Amino acid sequence: MSEHLIRLTAAELGARIAAGDVSSVEATRAHLDRIAAVDGAVHAFLHVEGERAIETAADLDRRRAAGEAFGPLAGVPIAIKDVLVTKGMPSTSGSRILEGWIPPYDATPVQRVRDAGLVPLGKTNMDEFAMGSSTEHSAYGPTHNPWDLERIPGGSGGGSAASVAAFEAPIALGSDTGGSIRQPAHVTGTVGVKPTYGGVSRYGSIALASSLDQVGPVSRTVLDSALLHDIIGGYDPLDSTSIPEPWPSMAEAVRRADVSGLRIGVVKELDSDGFQAGVRSRFHEALALLERNGAEIVEVSAPHFEYAVAAYYLIMPAEASSNLAKFDSVRFGLRVTPDGGGTVEQVMAATREAGFGPEVKRRIILGTYALSAGYYDAYYGSAQKVRTLVQRDFDAAFTTVDVLATPTAPTTAFKLGEKLDDPLAMYLNDVATIPANLAGVPGISLPAGLAPEDGLPVGIQFLAPAREDARLYNVGGALEQLLLAEWGGPLLDRAPDLSRHELFATEEGAL
Amino acid sequence: MARAELMDFDAALELFEPVIGLEVHVELNTKTKMFSAAPNPANAEFHVADPNTLVTPVCLGLPGSLPVVNGQAVRYSISLGLALGCEIAPSSRFARKNYFYPDLAKNYQISQYDEPIAFDGSVEVELENGRSFTVPIERAHMEEDAGKLTHVGGSTGRIQGAEYSLVDYNRAGVPLVEIVTRPIIGAEADAPALARAYVATIRDIVRSLGISEARMERGNLRCDANVSLRPRGQEKLGTRTETKNVNSMRSVERAVRYEIQRQAAILAKGGSIIQETRHWHEDTGTTSAGRPKSDADDYRYFPEPDLLPVVPTRELIEELRASLPEPPAARRRRLKDEWGFTDLEFKDVVNGGLLAEVTETIAAGASPAAARKWWTGELTRVANAEGRDAAELATPAQVAELAALIESGVLTDRLARQVLEGVAAGEGSPQQIVEARGLSVVSDDGALISAIDDALASQPDVLAKIRDGKVQAAGAVIGAVMKAMHGKADAARVRELVLERAQG
Repeated sequence: MSEHLIRLTAAELGARIAAGDVSSVEATRAHLDRIAAVDGAVHAFLHVEGERAIETAADLDRRRAAGEAFGPLAGVPIAIKDVLVTKGMPSTSGSRILEGWIPPYDATPVQRVRDAGLVPLGKTNMDEFAMGSSTEHSAYGPTHNPWDLERIPGGSGGGSAASVAAFEAPIALGSDTGGSIRQPAHVTGTVGVKPTYGGVSRYGSIALASSLDQVGPVSRTVLDSALLHDIIGGYDPLDSTSIPEPWPSMAEAVRRADVSGLRIGVVKELDSDGFQAGVRSRFHEALALLERNGAEIVEVSAPHFEYAVAAYYLIMPAEASSNLAKFDSVRFGLRVTPDGGGTVEQVMAATREAGFGPEVKRRIILGTYALSAGYYDAYYGSAQKVRTLVQRDFDAAFTTVDVLATPTAPTTAFKLGEKLDDPLAMYLNDVATIPANLAGVPGISLPAGLAPEDGLPVGIQFLAPAREDARLYNVGGALEQLLLAEWGGPLLDRAPDLSRHELFATEEGAL
Repeated sequence: MARAELMDFDAALELFEPVIGLEVHVELNTKTKMFSAAPNPANAEFHVADPNTLVTPVCLGLPGSLPVVNGQAVRYSISLGLALGCEIAPSSRFARKNYFYPDLAKNYQISQYDEPIAFDGSVEVELENGRSFTVPIERAHMEEDAGKLTHVGGSTGRIQGAEYSLVDYNRAGVPLVEIVTRPIIGAEADAPALARAYVATIRDIVRSLGISEARMERGNLRCDANVSLRPRGQEKLGTRTETKNVNSMRSVERAVRYEIQRQAAILAKGGSIIQETRHWHEDTGTTSAGRPKSDADDYRYFPEPDLLPVVPTRELIEELRASLPEPPAARRRRLKDEWGFTDLEFKDVVNGGLLAEVTETIAAGASPAAARKWWTGELTRVANAEGRDAAELATPAQVAELAALIESGVLTDRLARQVLEGVAAGEGSPQQIVEARGLSVVSDDGALISAIDDALASQPDVLAKIRDGKVQAAGAVIGAVMKAMHGKADAARVRELVLERAQG
């Protein structure tokens, strides 16, 4: 029963709960059992809310029995990336500096998820302050890829992606500043969506780079992401950059998915030798499949995309250096007092020295430098100009095509530790995902198959014009159905059985 | 610098030309703060609050919190910009000013940098000596206030040397408009008086707009005074200092005067002025060095990515322009006529910086003559004696209440002065003080008559004189009665009764 429940999609589970076949308590307990069984090996979670989740589920069951009406995902458990603040639940953003801090309020997406009757299971692991592409920069140890525990689950949202891929949660919340939802989806064989900038409230999302951050859904199916997107999306007066206009239903777009006549642009600059052979071959097979089903595939050029990573690594650290200034020990979180006391400056410095990891310090220094008088124009100013050029590339491309397609990331999951000492190699993981953040346009990554050379998952990314997120769910939903038919079932059915690893973990770690 | 080392003011003026620049911060009295829904302590309704009770996650800079611009604060800022004769930017932006300080919850202040909401204006300022000045306004921009630090332990009251400091974030996020003048050249010996009159004019403007409580002693209005000197005949401006913590109009004048004399003494000896902030000390009437300040102070400004540009519609600007109160000069002419004041009387009010007080006191029901009399008389006398501003001593409503008590015969002028003393000491409203101190006039004829009969009985010779028609002799009896009543009697009524009883 329990094994069966965890393999249902969020939509299926929600339907079973609504029909009264399964209670929310049963569904929640099944996932908590799974977490207990496999998370020692996967380490997707930083914090699990066992008892409180059961209470929330029981309350939901009672209210439903009393006749209260709920939406399609009510009673379904959900994992929440630790970047989102949760009332009464630890929220560290993967950093030591926030260890022990209990927020007094809920992020808007968390509040909406609660209002829709979903059951938060806990908080998922991430690179510290979402700075990274492997989750290795978490202050609390890395997350492991459920496909191969020796490999990275992507980042920064490796915890959310791995929790879903390991069937510890049917669905999760993530955040994407340069690819932190989409690249983990790519390497774990799952689905992740970065909505249009302003589509989902950032209120309560611990900021990395305010002009790039966007909260979005993580799931195993396109429909599940759409259902979650419909819940968390829409105007929030607490976020000034939130878009006030109403949105169409993303779930409807999945249900009506049809690619006939859809013009899909392949970005020439992101279809090159720089990408792993198996990543490219699965990408082109997926495009061919779409073409056979009525889509039109054309090549487009985005000549400024090659400068996007460079611009991103000025704008993101610049904003981060300012956003992270508030972590100073005065009001919350860690406080380190030097031996024999010290001035407030010395306490702030000692706290930041002890509380921030090396990647965070690297980016704070980069960003501080980029904003400094005398360097501002050359660095931050130039980067903003590149940003405008990238936006124009998108504008030009979308005059001829409906959506763009690229491989989500250059390679399949690499080994833990492989790129940890090479920041530039790590940064290049996001070459295909960063342009969307710079331009504020939405993107989806969904599984395209396994790379023949290593048997690891490969994702395909689609990008749409701002506010046209529904197009992503249309093309994603259609491709997913076509691929499921080819594969004869979900890609994740081919992932290894994690209960074997549980034995290894026990052998290694049991007392 | 000790006062004895300062150069004589007139001597300083002979050698150097003073150039001043003024930065005035105005706390807006909106219901909520600049970027959050927390109640605004600069609004009279929320003035009294325990520390850290007027806060939201935004004021505390909690992780994940985001600012949202207060629309009313923007409208107030536009009105102020228009009243200062400024252009209103069709689009202006907020920027982050980055620096670490424990009263700054986010360790950056949301301000406006290269795109302020209002710019290029001017203000007409009249001096006591009748001279009139046009002060050029460079810009007025919106920003948020910081929290308040209380340094405990240590002797300086400053953060250096303190054992620990307490932070109150109630003030964090209070909406501010900072008004920055261009360098003001040509005021010469009037520079200190001009600085004071300018601040008084700004105060009148924001009061008449109703956008700030404008109480300097509460920090609703704060002035930083920039002063530099250049040798006569030199084109290039001298190095300036910025004096902070100038919390009354009187201090503005004194601080500018002090800096002119201090800088002149240094320059005359061949020394050079250090570009720095200086702290004004009200008690000693001197300034002391703060932190060095250079034009290259690196606040790493960049556009605030959490906020959209402020883009007021043409219609909104015109609507606000149409609802502006009349310009100060025209308003003064009208008020003088309405109140029937002589030139001299009106000048007393304006030069005392008391126009707003008198206006509001009249609006609260007092006669123009009474309002003028109390503000420019007793309150100004006490204020001067104590080195404070008259406006700190009483509110217009309190003065109006006092005038009403005199009007109705409850108080004499002499008693009213005692009541004012209580008001200034914060003992409550005039009515409360009258009751608490038992100050009202004895209007009970019975009590007066018994005192009069006693006095007449003890002075039979006087009684005889009065009966002989020598009415002026009654003075001695009236004096005795007033003394017996401890002054709490209306002398005219006592006189009537004395004559009555003497005849009886």
